[in-house]
Parts: sequence; structure tokens; C-alpha cells
Amino acid sequence: MSQIELEPLTQGDAPEARKGRRSRTSVFWLSVPLVVIAALVFILPITGLLPEGGQDLSNTRLPPAFLDGGTWAHPLGTDKRGQDILTQLVTSGRLTIMIGLVGALVAIGPGVLIGLVAGYFRGWADKVISILIDAQLALPFILIALAIISNRGSSLPILFLVLALTGWAACARVTRSTTMAIRERQFVLGLRAVGASEARIVFRHVLPNLAGTIVALGTLQVGTAILVESALSFLGLGVVPPKSSWGSMLASGQDELSQAWWIAFFPGLAITVLVLLVNLLGDALLTHHDPRKRRR
Amino acid sequence: MNAPSLNAALPDEPPDGPPKAQAAKKPPSMAAGRVRRVAARLGTLFASLFIALTMAFALGRLSGDPTANILGPTAPPDQREALRQQLGLDRPLLTQYFDYIKGVFTGDLGESLQFYQSNTTMIFDRVPYTLQLVAGGMAVAILIGVPLGVLAATREGTWWDRAASTVALLGQSVPVFWLGMMFVVLFAVKLGWLPAGQSGTPKHLILPALTMSLYPMAHIARLTRASMSEALGEPFIDSARARGISRARVVWRHAFKNALMPVLTIVVLQTGILLSGAVAIEYVYSWPGLGQLALQAVQFRDFPLVQAIVVFGAVVFVCLNLIVDVIHSVVDPRVR
Repeated sequence: MSQIELEPLTQGDAPEARKGRRSRTSVFWLSVPLVVIAALVFILPITGLLPEGGQDLSNTRLPPAFLDGGTWAHPLGTDKRGQDILTQLVTSGRLTIMIGLVGALVAIGPGVLIGLVAGYFRGWADKVISILIDAQLALPFILIALAIISNRGSSLPILFLVLALTGWAACARVTRSTTMAIRERQFVLGLRAVGASEARIVFRHVLPNLAGTIVALGTLQVGTAILVESALSFLGLGVVPPKSSWGSMLASGQDELSQAWWIAFFPGLAITVLVLLVNLLGDALLTHHDPRKRRR
Repeated sequence: MNAPSLNAALPDEPPDGPPKAQAAKKPPSMAAGRVRRVAARLGTLFASLFIALTMAFALGRLSGDPTANILGPTAPPDQREALRQQLGLDRPLLTQYFDYIKGVFTGDLGESLQFYQSNTTMIFDRVPYTLQLVAGGMAVAILIGVPLGVLAATREGTWWDRAASTVALLGQSVPVFWLGMMFVVLFAVKLGWLPAGQSGTPKHLILPALTMSLYPMAHIARLTRASMSEALGEPFIDSARARGISRARVVWRHAFKNALMPVLTIVVLQTGILLSGAVAIEYVYSWPGLGQLALQAVQFRDFPLVQAIVVFGAVVFVCLNLIVDVIHSVVDPRVR
């Protein structure tokens, strides 16, 4: 009898460990291209390898090098002022990545804190916060963004305000439910029994247990922030000239679609690749930190 | 039982009346529970609506003087004062708030600064266009998203699953308006098959609706996969298979029926988001819907109109949430 009971245990354990290792390697291999993109965007402008970025009115709307009429002097072509697309792409990428990272932080920070309070302390605070979360999720984000921007104009601080206001609720909801599960665990009871203060339990013990979920949420939020930024900048409501991001490059390509589609094509492709990689990484991190999903 | 008694500690056993009376009372008490649950849900929804309305109000007023933004920083003070009076901003904040709430419930959302028309009329003039787009987009999203999700779930872990999941993730990673622009380049400029923008004929609807369908399609596919994969792991599926029921029947009649609820929920909620959130897509295709109106309002800093559209979006969203609850209670006997 004991042998029959032992068998499923060993059989069930081995693939699980293997899958855990596999999710760790997939996390690693997904972060490699992201690191490469970030390195390219931040290092390439210093090396001087990029084509000249200034205006060149004798070479306007040059197609990319792989099409008829393109030259390798401008590998991805030029825009209506003769500015090199590749150079613009690399220099605008810095602001795009920065907005993605900061935009995720400003949403995750308050979201996690609020969710932590609601999930750990429950009671009336939880009721109020839950209603607030519902209300926030009941408003389509683009409308909130439009309302704020129509009132305050567009600037980077306003963009971050919009990203924070539209992103905190989803983070708070996940943090709240995860915290509610953790607070029921034995070690929290033990900590209470030895007289640890609530603040200590929350920040030194519950929060570290949330770290994996928070990192995964934050990663997915980076993708969301980049997409929101690109949509707003495309509408002329996010990053506006003289500052430039991939979203604002799309805006300048919109008028040129019929004559020079590549002006809008490459920044859009860059956004898609970056956000896809970020989302894949976020999914892998979620799976890695959620043993329930890993078993599947 | 007004008088407190020892028996109060045992609520299951009423001190007076025989057990028969208790049995007879049971159905109404269940109905009362249902009424209480519906009331609680309605209360939460109304609270959400009020918070959303208050937020829309606060966004318009508390963040500084809107007249400076509308007229520009160099406008003379007497002009600003006149506009403030015209907008009713010179009145106490609380009066403004109550008038605003009253307006929302009587359908009066104020007058636009740039069109000199009732905001309500203008919104309802645009809604049919957006509705066409959303209906077309959602239809495509459901027709592709649901089978894709079911395909991935029934072949979990295989190449099919990975391909379907990647397609779905791609749909959530691409800026859809950019894809719309590329559709215009390919199908309108290069191939000349379809018109690039404006509205009118069914042909005009194809590209915008296709673009619109992408994000909800990805969302629906991912959710269907997760929900189906959970349903397929339930013991009743094994029992259905053991009884020799055909595979297709098990998948669609047994598993899918149980996986349907979250998918239906997301369909309705996504509809709400699309109804007011399709600004960039409508802009790409010069589609004369609500999103374009919102964009015009922002560009002109027409804050009464922006606020009216936000209110409209919130009301639509709350109504759709209510519909979800009703569907829940009709489809799922456990909620009833």
C-alpha cells in the first residue's frame, strides 16, 4: 500500500521541478532582448555610429535602404524634413522607455500600498477602497486622460498623473486579493502571537511575500504605460514636440501615410516588439510566481 | 420578538410557533435574501456611479481655473470673468455640484463652448456611428476570439496552443491605431480595395471595425482559454467522457457552457470601453463617432463637452455592469 502511495508523489514532483526551472530560463531568455534594446537605445547615440540626425532638405522622404531609391546612409529612410528615421527611433526610444518605467512605478506604488491596506486591515477601509477601485475601473481610462489634459494641457508630469490615475486600480485589486490570502497563513498568526506590530507584519513579512506578484504586475504595467503613452502622443495629447517619443513619431507619420508610410511604420513596429517582449516577460514572471499556474 | 430572550442566541429555533410555520416561512426569506443581494449590488453600482460623476466634476473644476486654459493666459480679466459667469463658475462649488448632479439625472449635460449646442444632443447624434463600429468590431472579436481560445484550451501545451496564445498576446501588445494606419496604407493606398476613411457605405465600416476588433479579440481569446482550461479540468468532464459522449459535445455543451460566464462578462465590459474609448481609431479613419467628438472637445478645451462625454461613458459603463449582473443571474442558477 505504501508503495502505491509513494509513487504518485515522486511522479508528480519531478515534472513540477522541471517546469519551475523552465519558467526561470524563459524569464531569463525573455529579458535578454529587452536588455539589448535598452542598451542600444542608451548607448548607440554616444558611439557616433548613427547617421546624422539633423534636417537635410535635399533628402526628404527617402525610403528605407531595402526599397528602391533607398540608401544605406539612411537605413530606415528619412521623414519630410530629411531627418534620419533610425536616429530618431533610437533617440526617441530613451523617452519611451523612461515613460514606460516611471509610468509603471507611479501606478504600482500607490496601487500596492492601497491594496495592502485594504487586503490586510479589511473592515471599513477595505469597503471604501473596494468601491473606489470599482468606480475607477468603471471610467474608461481615455476619458479620464482627456478630462485631465483638456484642463491642464499636455506635459510629462500630467502624463504621469494620467498613468498613475488609470493604472493604480488594477494593481490595487490584485494586491488586495493576494494580501487577503497571505494574511490567513500560519506565519502571520505566529507573528501576531509573538507580539509583532501590525506595521512590521505588513511591511517586513507580507510585502516581501508579495514581491513576485508586484514585479510581474509592474512588468505588465510597463507595457500598458507604453501603449497609453503612444495613443495619447499620437493624438497630440502626450509627448509633444520638441520632445519626441515613439508615439509622437507616429503622430508625425500620420499625415505622410500615402507618400512615406515608413515614417509611421518603424516606430509602431518598435512599440509592438517592445510591448510584446515586456508582456511575454510579465506573463512568464506571473507563471513563475504563481505555482497554481505553473502546474498547468 | 421585541423582547430579548435567551433564545435569541439560537436564531434557528424560533421560540414561538411550531416547526411547520418555520417551513412555510422559508421561501419568502430566500426571496428576501435575493432582494437584499440585488439591493446591495445596486447600491455598490450607484456608489461607483456617484464617485465617477464626482471625479468628472472635480477634474473639471478643482484643478485650477478652467477659464485661463480656455482663453489662454493673456486674456484680460474681465473676459475671464464673463466666461466664468457664462459657465456658472462664479457660484458656490456646492451649488454647482448639485445642479450638475440634477442635470445628469434629467439628461441635461450643459452646453458646448465651441458648438453652442446641447451636449446631450451632440452626444446622441454621434452614438449611432460609434455603435456601428463597436457592433462590427465586437462581432469579429467574438467570432475569432472564442474559437481561438477554445482551440488553445483543448490542445493545451501543444503547438496550436502556443500559436493561438502568441497571436492573442500580440493583439494586446500592438498599438491598434498604428495597425489601423498600416491597414490604410495597404488596403486603401497600395491596393485601393477599401476607402481610407469617412463613413457612409458598409465598405467604409470594414477597416475600422477590423481594427477595433483586435484588442477585444485578444482579450476574449485569452480569457476563453483560461476559463475553458479550468472547465476542462473539472471532474464532470471526465465523467462525461467516461459515459462515451462525443468529444465535440463534451467541449461545447459541457465545458464551454461552464466557461461562458467570464467570457460573456468581458464581452459586455469591453463593449463599454470601446463605446467611449475608441478615440485613436476613430481619429485614424476620420470616423464621425463619439471619440472624434471627445478629441475635438479636448483640442478646443471645451470642458463642458469633455465632462459631458465622461459622464456619458460612466453611465453607459454602469448600465452595462448591471446587464452583466442580470445575465449572471439568468445564466448561472448558482447566483439566483
